[in-house]
Amino acid sequence: MMKAFAPQRPRATTPALFAVLLLAPLAALAHEETGQAAGFVAGLGHPVSGLDHVLAMVAVGLWGAVLGAPAIWVLPVAFPLVMAFGGLMGLLGLPLPGVEAGIAVSAVVLGAMVLAEVRPPIWLAAVIVAFFAVFHGHAHGRELPEGTSALLYSLGFVVATGLLHASGILLGTARRWAGGRQAVRVAGGGVALAGLFFLWRAVA
Amino acid sequence: MKAPAWRLAAVAALAAPNAHAHLVETGFGAFYDGLAHVVLTPADLLVVLALALLAGQRGTTAARYALFALPLAWLAGCLVGAGWTAVGALPLWTTMSFLLAGVLVALDARIRDAGVAVLAVAGGMLHGLVNGATMGPPGASALALGGATTAVFCLMAIVSAEVTAMPAGWPRIAVRVGGSWIAAAGLLMLGWLARGG
Repeated sequence: MMKAFAPQRPRATTPALFAVLLLAPLAALAHEETGQAAGFVAGLGHPVSGLDHVLAMVAVGLWGAVLGAPAIWVLPVAFPLVMAFGGLMGLLGLPLPGVEAGIAVSAVVLGAMVLAEVRPPIWLAAVIVAFFAVFHGHAHGRELPEGTSALLYSLGFVVATGLLHASGILLGTARRWAGGRQAVRVAGGGVALAGLFFLWRAVA
Repeated sequence: MKAPAWRLAAVAALAAPNAHAHLVETGFGAFYDGLAHVVLTPADLLVVLALALLAGQRGTTAARYALFALPLAWLAGCLVGAGWTAVGALPLWTTMSFLLAGVLVALDARIRDAGVAVLAVAGGMLHGLVNGATMGPPGASALALGGATTAVFCLMAIVSAEVTAMPAGWPRIAVRVGGSWIAAAGLLMLGWLARGG
């Protein structure tokens, strides 16, 4: 008896549903630059997803604070451009050996510069930072994800890196005080030690 | 049962409404759609910002030239593009335009006032051309073009005036850093274009 009242699924349910779904969508409001919000947020998040990159970027700002003017602003202006050049190399598929080791060494060197308060000529500081920027850009250039707005992803990536520099510069302003100066040096030492760990991990 | 349903699906697929690609729909009409288009299209926004920063860096006279040169060139480009939709998006050229402007800002390049105006005209013509060609099938309406031009004028006026009024020191350095970021994003975008992304 019960079987007679049981609902019977029509065989054409799936095609009919498919037809309804095809009729239902409104006009797509898409733009050629798809995935904009996701792209920018993903770009912002990418540099802070790797501790080695974060430490090196903060160390660039700290070293800029140690060096003072004009390095304190030359390095944040130059670094994104050179890093993007490295990213361009990565996207073009140009090989760069030892990228991960290069990133780790950048943390070691930049941290050591802050620890020892090394003040080379501005051109030498710029060359050192630019050299390592290529490694950072190359690594991240290869890692840019597909499916999001490439331009906004790139912009988010660059902005996040710049904000890490700014964080380092702001932390570096603590050098005005005697205790702060020692704290900045300790922070540099910490970056160098972490860099050694990443270097060991990269070559092990 | 099965065959008619699939026929219906095929008919439905043919009857699906057109996608309104390339033009953001705000719901407020074509003028605001055009206005929003500039603000929500990264390449357009970046070139306006970069040119406004550059004009502001170079002082009041350059900023005044660019304030009118950029929107007028943008509108002219839009009008040409609206009738020449085959132009397409020209992503390489639009990327190169804000990359170049960003580099000039980062370098704090000493460009003459007339040079800033020429750059504004070139950038405005290029991006306006692309806007006119891609803002709506087929081509953009006059109201949408007016909205886009208004957005360019307002952005240019606000940003260049702010930069012109900035004191020397950190604020000026922040402008150069902003140019560096725009140029860096352009360099990465070139890589994406080369990769076909």
